Amino acid sequence: MKLETSPARLRHRRIVEASARVLMIGSTALVIGSLLAIIGVIVWKSLPVLNLDMITRTPKGGYYLGKEGGILNAIIGSLYLGVGATALALVFSLPIVLYLNLYTKKKSRIAGLTRFAFDVLWGIPSIVYGAFGFVLMMAVGLRASLLAGIITVALLELPIMSRAIDEVMVLVPRELTDASSALGATRLETALKVVVRQCMPGILTAILIAFGRGIGDAASVLFTAGFTDRIPTSLLQPAATLPLAIFFQLGTPFPEVQQRAYASAAVLTLLILLISLASRLLIKRFTKHVIK
Amino acid sequence: MAERTHISIRNLNVYYGGLQVLKNISLDIPDRKITAIIGPSGCGKTTLLKSLNRLLDTVDGVRVDGKILVDGEDIYGPKVEVTAVRKKMGLLSQKPQVLPMSIFDNVAYGPKLHGVRDKARLDFIVRNHLAEAGLWDEVKDRLHHPASRLSVGQQQRLCLARGLAVGPEIILGDEPTSALDPQSSQHVERKLVELKSDYTVVVVTHILRQARRIADYVVFLYLGELVEHGPAEEIFSNPKNPRTRAYMTGEIS
Repeated sequence: MKLETSPARLRHRRIVEASARVLMIGSTALVIGSLLAIIGVIVWKSLPVLNLDMITRTPKGGYYLGKEGGILNAIIGSLYLGVGATALALVFSLPIVLYLNLYTKKKSRIAGLTRFAFDVLWGIPSIVYGAFGFVLMMAVGLRASLLAGIITVALLELPIMSRAIDEVMVLVPRELTDASSALGATRLETALKVVVRQCMPGILTAILIAFGRGIGDAASVLFTAGFTDRIPTSLLQPAATLPLAIFFQLGTPFPEVQQRAYASAAVLTLLILLISLASRLLIKRFTKHVIK
Repeated sequence: MAERTHISIRNLNVYYGGLQVLKNISLDIPDRKITAIIGPSGCGKTTLLKSLNRLLDTVDGVRVDGKILVDGEDIYGPKVEVTAVRKKMGLLSQKPQVLPMSIFDNVAYGPKLHGVRDKARLDFIVRNHLAEAGLWDEVKDRLHHPASRLSVGQQQRLCLARGLAVGPEIILGDEPTSALDPQSSQHVERKLVELKSDYTVVVVTHILRQARRIADYVVFLYLGELVEHGPAEEIFSNPKNPRTRAYMTGEIS
């Protein structure tokens, strides 16, 4: 029996194909468009106030009333916080993920439960981490400080980083770990010398994603890191952050201060962009030996 | 037979969960000969091979009982250090699996694990074993390039060099030529034949002609059972078991 497609059916299928394509292109354009719009608005609004003072000076008295100064306190604070929290998160996430992938069985209950917990933790709003961090601080008698902020943001980053690393580590072929074991390597040696190397691009990407999330978060640091016009010189001093600087500046009734919020946003965006680019270069270097 | 036995397998049973994949295997593998394990796919060849260096331990849900004596010592004994067992055996897998590092570091990896720190000594080891695996001339100018850029055939010889660098007594091959082009296969086969003067070689193969070309001793497995084993010429010219004969003539595969 010969199978004939009727002309009506053919037309219908062509229309479906064409409209699906329009939808796909439309969504892509929408997303790219919004990204450009965000950057455009930030740049346009910040250009009049973005100057060297802004990024090289700390706020003078009355900065939030429109007087002189810059946001160096928030830039440095955010960098300290982002780097500290990301480093702390990595110290915990790498062992967790290595354990899940190399030390537990494929169908292990604990591994499944841990992954589920990370998925749940990933979805918890950052203000909840902030509140939790605050409770933790109270319990140990810590005041709003760089340290408290770092710990809270690290908690926020931990599930993101762990899941991102986990996703690449499950792809490591069994033959690769077997090859290392066959040479008499212990599990830990295989983990650190072979698996970590093989996953290096994925680990760097995970670090970057977590860092971006951490440095851009306002709610988790609101109660925990505090805010200050000074650059912190110890872990126990409060630290300003760029997201909160944006929040406070936007909250003033003065248009010229509100404009500075956009400048702060531009600085934050630029910072993340620079770090993304730098890590791209890093990843290139580290992928040299990876087995495809 | 006047030859010395290197590996004795006694009443070996292997289960994957409830499934028994090796059934009461007892077998002596001669020293410094090439032993080929043949049989249709799924008959337990690879399982038998991996039980020899205890790589089976890393598979979930596997249970092994019985004894495997290497140089008279049971490698499944309670006090045995598994890394020491594995160090005694170099492994060639079906698809060569180089480590994510340079050519040099691939070979130096094992010796470094086992405590060689001296740079000059490492250089010597790497050079020596790359030469032993027949790869030195091809890679001597790019030792620090990524190993993954070598051709598949070169990668397999690199894996051989890497295995030899930890000073094993035994070389295990799990269909080591199955991913290679004919020329590279020949190269690896020839190497194995050369190496048997110093090492005991155990190779799993599903290519009968390969077994015929290189094996001194043949083990035929079928559905997890050891059907027949003996010197290669005997098995090939005069198989005693009807199932072996059927496999040789291609009736079962």
